[in-house]
Amino acid sequence: MTTTEQATGTPPIAEGRAHTALVTPQSDAAALHGVKRRVSLLDRPYALAGPLILVMAIFFVGPLILTIIVSFWEYTQYSIEPAMVVTNYVDVFDRCIARLPTLCVTFATYLSTLKFCFIVWAITLILGFTLAWFIVFEVKKTSTQIALFLLCTIPFWTSNVIRMMAWIPLLGRNGLVNQTLMSMGLISEPQEWLLYSDFAVILAFIHLYTMFMMVPIVNSMMRIDREILEAARDAGASIWTIAMSVVAPLCRPGIVIGSIFVITIVMGDYITVGVMGGQQIASVGKTIQVQMQYLQFPIAAANAVVLLGAVLMIIFAMTKLVDVRREL
Amino acid sequence: MHEAELELIGVAKRYGDTVAVRGVDLKIPAGAYCCLLGPSGCGKTTTLRMIAGHEVASAGDVVLGGRNVTGLPPAERGTAMMFQSYALFPHMSVVDNVAFALRVRGLKKRQRREEAMQRLELVEMTKYAIRRPAELSGGQQQRVALARALVTNPKVLLLDEPLSALDPALRLRMRAELKRLQHELGITFIHVTHSQDEALALSDLVVLMKDGHIEQSGTAREVFDTPKTAFVARFIGAHNVLTEAGRELSLRADKLDLVAPGAGRRTATVTSVEYQGHYVLVRLSGEDDLSAMVDETAMRAFPVHEGDTVGLAWDDGDVVPLGKPEADEGLKAA
Repeated sequence: MTTTEQATGTPPIAEGRAHTALVTPQSDAAALHGVKRRVSLLDRPYALAGPLILVMAIFFVGPLILTIIVSFWEYTQYSIEPAMVVTNYVDVFDRCIARLPTLCVTFATYLSTLKFCFIVWAITLILGFTLAWFIVFEVKKTSTQIALFLLCTIPFWTSNVIRMMAWIPLLGRNGLVNQTLMSMGLISEPQEWLLYSDFAVILAFIHLYTMFMMVPIVNSMMRIDREILEAARDAGASIWTIAMSVVAPLCRPGIVIGSIFVITIVMGDYITVGVMGGQQIASVGKTIQVQMQYLQFPIAAANAVVLLGAVLMIIFAMTKLVDVRREL
Repeated sequence: MHEAELELIGVAKRYGDTVAVRGVDLKIPAGAYCCLLGPSGCGKTTTLRMIAGHEVASAGDVVLGGRNVTGLPPAERGTAMMFQSYALFPHMSVVDNVAFALRVRGLKKRQRREEAMQRLELVEMTKYAIRRPAELSGGQQQRVALARALVTNPKVLLLDEPLSALDPALRLRMRAELKRLQHELGITFIHVTHSQDEALALSDLVVLMKDGHIEQSGTAREVFDTPKTAFVARFIGAHNVLTEAGRELSLRADKLDLVAPGAGRRTATVTSVEYQGHYVLVRLSGEDDLSAMVDETAMRAFPVHEGDTVGLAWDDGDVVPLGKPEADEGLKAA
């Protein structure tokens, strides 16, 4: 019985809007001055952010700190010892500087990953921008806009790996593409570069991640007043000028966010490079994964920290450099 | 001399099955201040946008200075448009906003800045040249938009509801400023508005539109003194529409006199009396719902109150017979 009494004593939030809201003990003092005030959760913004802070602390900040700690530990083939040594980092860059201009394994791996990263970023940016333009400015009806947008999300109903696998029967030696091209007489023998190649990796990345670029750009573009484009047209600007000096600068937040998504995903990827590259192409993520498989956690952690640093540097440089506003 | 004369010949706009503008014929003399007036959805903005080239006419021709510009893009028409939302580029400074059209035309940086500053001087905005649009008030943004529209030396300036976003006091000031600017530059202004006050105060030519056609066009005085249709009489305000012997007549509210019951041509009941300062607005119900603007002396001589029965009197010379809209006359002639 006591519990029910207590329950009825606490006003539901919706009721609190009425002027006759019940006075909680905390606001007794206020009530004395003739002001009735109800303390709600909304008066404590940190309480609302609490659950997210907790989740982030447990699943993001904690593991990150652990990774950094482990990266300083010692390991041998059969043991891992807590320590405070920088051997792992030295090993990551083993004789890398000394042997320049010959690239050490780490530098070569980073170069390959950065190459994928740049190509994929450039292509997804162009695709994302033009697709966003189409949906936002060319499609006039809001219902059609939403329908097209949802259509873009359908591929996300299946997993990344399955979407990658779907390319294999298409691009393989006896795949659909090769067969079609051969039956059309365009090629005389199957093309080997279609699958298990840089081309295949880049294709899969673009297929998987263009949406991550497009969605934030759509979001920025939606905020642009159509009259601004008309004003630019009225001034005599061509579609290219409008895109480069009006729309792109105004989409800058979306472009930066989309780029961060794509760059972080591609830099850390090992599955796409593995599946589409036929396990033959090196990537930083793949190096870390292999070291994890051999239970060499400290060196894997050191590699992860270096990768994190590299990605953060790219993003920092990008937010500083990719200022598409050109001085007039 | 007739360089900027603008002529619309049977200009129409259809969106699928809906007709926004149905065959507008209009001649606007060079250097005129023309207001396209009408309620929302009457096709005035669509007409303006077809003149600007932001909307392609479904039928008819737009002729500017003897040149058919119907199919030309906006920048090649010799028109410039000032948008309702001002549409300033938020990422550019004021001077860059104004200079944009010159930059597109490939002018050197120094030259285009110079020109832009000249236009900013015209609207007294030079000291805000390096600010961003977001740092300006609504009125200031409007001046910048005006300077930007003028930077290409257009022959015709098109203004889409330029004063609707301003507060009443600023609206009056900007109204006077627009008129001054038009006078100074001597170019044609075409101004879309739904406010009859604005149209009457500014226009050399008032074009009153309804349902995609022109109801009446003429000088402000012509439209106010001799409305052609019941719609014009009602829309322009301060007019009564009377029905006498099956014919509609218009009578200005200040020409309707209140007299003793039986002494006038009709009797009516006073439904409300509103004090308006220099006159009193008396609403009456009888054969037609009417209103009278009674000046102070008349009110003192013959005071009326809500619920009173009064007689109505007017001079035959003050009534204007109403007829068909201008668009229909054009059809008959053709």
